Amino acid sequence: MNLLALDDDRLLGALRLLLAEKNLASPAEVAERLAITEQGSPAQGARMVAKAWTDPAFRAAMLEDGTRAAESQGIVMRGAPPLGVLENTPALHHLVVCTLCSCYPRAVLGYPPFWYKSAGYRARAVRDPRGLIAEWGTVLPEGVKIRVVDSTADYRWMVLPLRPAGTEGWSEDALAALVHEGDMVGVTVPRAAAPAA
Amino acid sequence: MGFAPGAAVRVKNDWPETRGPCHIRTPHYLRGRAGTVQRALGAFPNPEDLAFARPAPLRALYHVRFDQPAVWQQGKPGDELMVEIFEHWLEPA
Repeated sequence: MNLLALDDDRLLGALRLLLAEKNLASPAEVAERLAITEQGSPAQGARMVAKAWTDPAFRAAMLEDGTRAAESQGIVMRGAPPLGVLENTPALHHLVVCTLCSCYPRAVLGYPPFWYKSAGYRARAVRDPRGLIAEWGTVLPEGVKIRVVDSTADYRWMVLPLRPAGTEGWSEDALAALVHEGDMVGVTVPRAAAPAA
Repeated sequence: MGFAPGAAVRVKNDWPETRGPCHIRTPHYLRGRAGTVQRALGAFPNPEDLAFARPAPLRALYHVRFDQPAVWQQGKPGDELMVEIFEHWLEPA
């Protein structure tokens, strides 16, 4: 029997039946896990970043324990690896990579983008990080150190970027709209190009 | 043992992959490299056992900083790498 030649839906159906029959995972549990997985997206991380920019207490809590901070915002972190948050400052920029595979904070950023998993990104991030992010148009100001965080073990890492200048008084929703997945990996930085909608 | 933040450490220059099947979360570009402990990250089941479905004792995990240009002989002075390394891969430097 060639598994690759079988009908995907029938195969999945049979697997689900077996999981239920052997009391490994009920249909309700599978449905719940699917819903949790689908909830993961860069919009969740962006929401946390925007809140950290406007709420100093949340910012401190997020840097202390990313998992607990995410949960406080209604993001389900059960079963997810611990979330660590890396704070960019005017003197320090973080870039996240997983040189060994493709570890990524899925609960708050969703599925990793294709380039994050590529051999080229993984090799170059640790060897030539400045050359790499320059290809996204990211050139750090003079005096800013780069710290490449290689996600090799049990944590998952997201970057808390600097709040762009010119966004004073913006709402959390307007700020969150400025934050994209690359900003939370560190290949780009948020920019206030357009005024708040 | 256990390492305090700021401790000077070295990643063991060990290559278990030359001795047989294994699963290692210590990147090879850091084997034998000296670094500085940033902080302890907690204890996690040893992935080298988990990968083979063996009983996996908890191992302390550390965030360790390395000088990036020293590791790669290229890059900008002052830039850093920060990597999760298990305690059994570290020795005092």
